[in-house]
Amino acid sequence: MKAVCYMGVEKMTVETVPDPTILNPRDAIVKITSTCICGSDLHLYNGFVPTMEQGDIMGHEFMGEIVEVGAGIKPENLKVGDRVVVPFTIACGNCFFCKRELWSCCNNSNPNYWIAEQMMGFSPSGLFGYTHMMGGYAGGQAQYARVPYADVGPLKVPEGIPDEKLIFLSDIFPTGYFGAVNADIEPGDTVAIWGCGPVGQFAIRSAFMLGAERVIAIDRFDYRLRMAESAGAQTINYEDVDDVVQTLKDLTGNIGPDRCIDAVGMEAHGHGLIHFMDRVKQKARIETDRPFVLRQAIQACRKGGTVSVPGVYAGFDDKIPLGAFMNKGLAMKGGQTHMMRFMKPLLEKIQKNEIDPSFVISHKVPISKAPEMYKVFRDKQDNCTKVVLDPWADGAIAA
Amino acid sequence: MDEVARIRIGDARGGNSRSMDAQRWGALIGGSALAIYGITRRSPLGVALATGGGAIALLGSTQKTRSQSTSAWTSVLINCSPQEAYKFWRGLENLPRFMNRLHSVTVLDNRRSQWVAIGPIGREIRWEAEITEERENEYIAWRSLPGSDVEVDGRVEFREAPADRGTLISARMQFRAVAGKGSAFANSLNKAASFAMRQDLRRLAALMESGEIPTTEGQSHGARDFVTGVMRLADPTRPIRPGSQLKEVYETRKGIA
Repeated sequence: MKAVCYMGVEKMTVETVPDPTILNPRDAIVKITSTCICGSDLHLYNGFVPTMEQGDIMGHEFMGEIVEVGAGIKPENLKVGDRVVVPFTIACGNCFFCKRELWSCCNNSNPNYWIAEQMMGFSPSGLFGYTHMMGGYAGGQAQYARVPYADVGPLKVPEGIPDEKLIFLSDIFPTGYFGAVNADIEPGDTVAIWGCGPVGQFAIRSAFMLGAERVIAIDRFDYRLRMAESAGAQTINYEDVDDVVQTLKDLTGNIGPDRCIDAVGMEAHGHGLIHFMDRVKQKARIETDRPFVLRQAIQACRKGGTVSVPGVYAGFDDKIPLGAFMNKGLAMKGGQTHMMRFMKPLLEKIQKNEIDPSFVISHKVPISKAPEMYKVFRDKQDNCTKVVLDPWADGAIAA
Repeated sequence: MDEVARIRIGDARGGNSRSMDAQRWGALIGGSALAIYGITRRSPLGVALATGGGAIALLGSTQKTRSQSTSAWTSVLINCSPQEAYKFWRGLENLPRFMNRLHSVTVLDNRRSQWVAIGPIGREIRWEAEITEERENEYIAWRSLPGSDVEVDGRVEFREAPADRGTLISARMQFRAVAGKGSAFANSLNKAASFAMRQDLRRLAALMESGEIPTTEGQSHGARDFVTGVMRLADPTRPIRPGSQLKEVYETRKGIA
């Protein structure tokens, strides 16, 4: 089959690799009909998340049709022919964490638990195509993928709804929604959201769904800010203002946004000396992340407010204003998304036409174009917001 | 405190008192005396004496004794009943399913069993064990019998965790080298024993809770490189199997997952 492989920093190639096979009783094989490049894949492309290896198959946003199931899967849970969206987190369904719906904290699904444990104390669940620290599972930017614990994760979806409306249930829609849920939004709240990429866009819409009065979106690309405005958000282009924190104070009666959402993560852009230091330290691998946005969010948040972090951070960060966090009485929440908690309710919203997630798509291309699209997406060329790949275009034939 | 934890703390205390032997006391007292004398001299020679004496005292007090025994202790919370956990463990032939360094366990009778483990560079280490003490659904203790390659003491306890959290399994194992090939095995375990035991119990949890042990071995991937092969060779979670050649292991592991 064809698969997008990580062959080194800024080096993705489409390789022909063997089709996946069932390795464990609760595995299934899915024939992929649509798959995407996620903003978080760009952190891997740029080489900032440790434990990628040459030859790793990329991708964690995919959907398709079940073509094979393992002996341990009951037909009432999943069978050949089912159309499914596969969540990017892998969960066993029966451990302490799964039983508490903390699906992305599953204790069993990461075979390389011990590596993540060195960095984080404990390991989150295994993820598709996202470093060996997170399990080393082959990803879904391919024609087929093996899905472990397939009777827990994949969401069965009905025919008749196009892939474009459903594919983002695999990650970014629930992730934006989870970012907003974690912000503990109350009626009347002003929510500031850093980053108007795909997750930020869904966080903006989710914040309104959850009762936000006002959403202020922050980015530096006008086309992304316009997309935020179309959802009803006020916007700040941070390159046009001297000080984002001061601007947010000025906009909120000097109270500050009640809830702040960092939908940017470890590769934040910014300016000034501290941002420059972050860049140097990240390049030198002294600091894994550039937490520029997180600092601003903590500074800007109103006293007693909430900072929610759906943006990906990988390791150890400097100059986090813990004094502000403590003295202002903030709450801070993060996490990979507990996918199985949100996929079904959000599917219902799509079915009821409350939202059409396909608004975020800017590019639909054959999988053979994936390597160049990584660069286009990273460099925000061609007004790129979201790339959907068709694994079967270009006349590729099933092996 | 449960029996496993109590025993471990007891071991540590015993180890300390044994380790403060005459030689180390000598270094500590002699070195300190020299250092104090040196300091009171207030001269270049005094500085030298003080420095040297201090170093001797420091070395004496921190020098590690060569312990012949290795013990590992940990616990794991598993979402199952103590009955299920006990039953699975008491079927001793199940143990190699989640204990990576264990090649096989053959049950000889109700109390005795033959164990084969994988030693350094894939050498086989054998011992015969007998169950010394057990209470159904609560604990099992065993130890190796004379004539084994290594002396082993083990104990595992199963206790119901509060608020429907399942079962807390506490396990302890102690290895002591006997003459011959067992000593290399016991020594190699010094650092690795606790790590290996945590990995083993994590696999046990996956097996009990999800019915399988998660893996990526055998999945598809693009071409691997030299770096990956070397890293995988040193993977502490994958002991090298008996009789295998390093070059073969390198080639296999490079493309394992």
